[in-house]
Amino acid sequence: MQAVTLPTIGTDTAWRNAARALLAARTPPEDVLWHFGEAAPQLFDAAPIAPTDAPPIKVPASFVALADTVVWHSDPERFARLYALLWRLPHTPGLMTDRGDPGLARLRALEKNVQRCKHKMKAFVRFRDIGPPDLPRRRFAAWFEPTHHTVEPTAPFFAGRFADMDWMIATPDVTARFENGALSFAAGLPRPDLPEDATEELWGTYFCNIFNPARVKISAMTSEMPRKYWKNLPEAKHIHGLLAGAEARVREMQDKGPSLPPARAAKILQQLHAPALAQTLDELRARAEAENRTPLPNRGRIVLGEGPADARLMIVGEQPGDVEDQQGRPLVGPAGQLFDRVAQEAGLDRATAYVTNAVKRFGFTQRGKRRIHQAPERSDIEHARWWIDSEIRIVQPALILAMGATAAKMLTGNGTGILARRSRIEDTPAGPVFLTVHPSYLLRLPDPAQAQDATARFREDLAAVRALMAA
Amino acid sequence: MSKLSLDSKLAILSDAARYDASCASSGTTRRDSKDGKGLGSTEGSGICHAYAPDGRCISLLKILMTNFCIYDCAYCVNRVSSNTPRARFSVEEVVSLTIEFYRRNYIEGLFLSSGIIRSPDATMEDMVRIARTLREKHQFRGYIHLKTIPDAAPELIEQAGLYADRLSMNVELPTDASVQAYAPEKNPATIRRAMGEFRTRKEASTDRSHTGKRPPRFAPAGQSTQMIVGADLSTDATILGTATRLYGDYRLKRVYYSAFSPIPDAAAALPLIRPPLQREHRLYQADWLLRFYGFDLAEITGARADGNLDLEIDPKLAWALANRQHFPLDVNRAPREMLLRVPGFGTKTVGRILATRTHRTLRHDDLARMGAAMKKARAFITLTDWTPGALTDSANLRARFAPPPEQLSLF
Repeated sequence: MQAVTLPTIGTDTAWRNAARALLAARTPPEDVLWHFGEAAPQLFDAAPIAPTDAPPIKVPASFVALADTVVWHSDPERFARLYALLWRLPHTPGLMTDRGDPGLARLRALEKNVQRCKHKMKAFVRFRDIGPPDLPRRRFAAWFEPTHHTVEPTAPFFAGRFADMDWMIATPDVTARFENGALSFAAGLPRPDLPEDATEELWGTYFCNIFNPARVKISAMTSEMPRKYWKNLPEAKHIHGLLAGAEARVREMQDKGPSLPPARAAKILQQLHAPALAQTLDELRARAEAENRTPLPNRGRIVLGEGPADARLMIVGEQPGDVEDQQGRPLVGPAGQLFDRVAQEAGLDRATAYVTNAVKRFGFTQRGKRRIHQAPERSDIEHARWWIDSEIRIVQPALILAMGATAAKMLTGNGTGILARRSRIEDTPAGPVFLTVHPSYLLRLPDPAQAQDATARFREDLAAVRALMAA
Repeated sequence: MSKLSLDSKLAILSDAARYDASCASSGTTRRDSKDGKGLGSTEGSGICHAYAPDGRCISLLKILMTNFCIYDCAYCVNRVSSNTPRARFSVEEVVSLTIEFYRRNYIEGLFLSSGIIRSPDATMEDMVRIARTLREKHQFRGYIHLKTIPDAAPELIEQAGLYADRLSMNVELPTDASVQAYAPEKNPATIRRAMGEFRTRKEASTDRSHTGKRPPRFAPAGQSTQMIVGADLSTDATILGTATRLYGDYRLKRVYYSAFSPIPDAAAALPLIRPPLQREHRLYQADWLLRFYGFDLAEITGARADGNLDLEIDPKLAWALANRQHFPLDVNRAPREMLLRVPGFGTKTVGRILATRTHRTLRHDDLARMGAAMKKARAFITLTDWTPGALTDSANLRARFAPPPEQLSLF
């Protein structure tokens, strides 16, 4: 009877050496007693295996891989079973590929256990930060209790992954250390007292919130994360609470039902669904021509603005009138002529500005042969928004002169109290907007003295704009 | 608004990310940091570091960069019309969370998704910046999965592919009509175009130049997508048909099926029902049969008139029961294609059968040791020491596998 004792560290090499010597000495499997660890019971003579210089044995590569894995299993019979298979190998062709063979099937099952244990160790080791934060290499430590002796075969994985930090994995039978790029193994430790790590709280928060209470599947969790690992997993302490509260959370969700959307939703969606603005004046003109082919009742054609596309000043009136509609140009009717005269007096050159209207179509009611001007309706203003937004986007003026309530409403969102707000700049999403009255207001004042005063104030406004543009 | 702590941001933004089924960290190139200059490694297969009580694995730190969103998709908890609390991570916060979690071995890497803020391009740019910071500044060699925004500029998606292992775009719902109805701001054609561009770029990244130089790797773990099951009225046949097309047209690595589950503050358009988990499970089984077992779409979905899969028994068993003329099968002689169709035989079992039967004939107990589920397989095979007799054609064969009938509640 031959007794062999294998060490807890370096078991794989020790088993291979022993097996090689035993096979060279032609020792049959039934005459070998295998022991693991230090204190081997010595019932029979433990004759040391004589080192032989027998020729190396040839085995299939798949056997070596199998043996190197199975030696780490906790089953006390593993070494004997491996040796028994090795003993049969030379006489049984095709043995390594025969999964129906009971001896191999059993070893493959052990191999699977070890592979799974290694995999779970890669997954479930949890490091804690133990070093002072100012060290060049950070330091971490973990306590782990594997089912099989998998620390040694799994440690290279951690060395390849966490190479820029020092770490230690302590287990009851072996401790792996990685310091300054060197991996070493020592005997096991009692469970060390690792300092608290604040990141564990964040991890717990993540674990709780990634859980979907509507789909509880406890068996799927426990089959992949068996309870035996829970005591060393910081997140496992939350599981009970999550499960206990899951049903109530789902019921609450269902009872609550749909709520009213927040105020910002409608605005965002409206912006999102708004048609894309035109990119060039040519595109805008083509679009206007296309729309003008179908006349609308009580509405004139689309009259676009005119002036340089890179103007620094944009002048916005109300809407085209009868004359503008006929000529297809903005601000050329009676009010336009008044504007031109006052602007000239104020020193403001209309030709350098981009002149346009807030609303693009002349709105009127037909009275006999005359078309009577109608104030734009809300729908006209909504329709016109795309046009004026496109024009602003293309011209990108430094200042916009808004004349009258409609232009003020369109550009600042508020068309009330123009007389109180005039002669001032208001900031808007489209840029600074200078407010003043519409020149047609001057034409409508019945009292000549009043009209003269108002025209003077209008002139002052235009002069102020000129000064702003010159500055 | 008061400033949110990192903890509350993490709570909001992981809560918002939980409806994405994908958490795979597999299929990428092997990397490690043995040179001591970086952090992290990847193997061929992924590692699931934890499991939540919903049975889903936690492999990656799955978070949204922000859950502010300008879109209004009915099934989504982050849609603009929802009253869910909102938050936004800074680039540094995402990077430091990823690195710190990774160092403690909590995760394999980062799965970053985002609501759409300002514009698709602006959102995608921020996501790419996070991936770039991880890879270049911190030499992070773990896994990165970016959810790409279909409307983003192609250059941004190109950059994303250089830093990430996997990119994904969700088709969300199986038909264009459903997308139109439930996610009006999303455009299925744009999503498909982006997937097509991805495929072209990925294939181009394997071509060497005339000097033999390899172009940089582009998303080595490929692309995946997700379809929500049970939110609209699509049948399983429609869903699997869409999936088959996606696999074929765009070489997707995975199509994920996600049972629609009630969300907080749900839209009125959708029912708050218990998520159809069993249906989801059957769809995955059918997906595997299509990809690895040589089944045809019509064979799987043709068993029932309504185009849905049988919820009580798995699709392979359902096929075998409906096509008993092929059985029983002689395991010692049958070709591989037929062995793969035996209920209870997986691809590994079939490989083992083929390897062993070249040396000797197989017996009943051999198959059990090879990992076959004999309880299912027994009725469909013959061996030297086993014959099913009349079992194969017996009328009550289905009843042996289906769960026992349940009496309906009287109340």
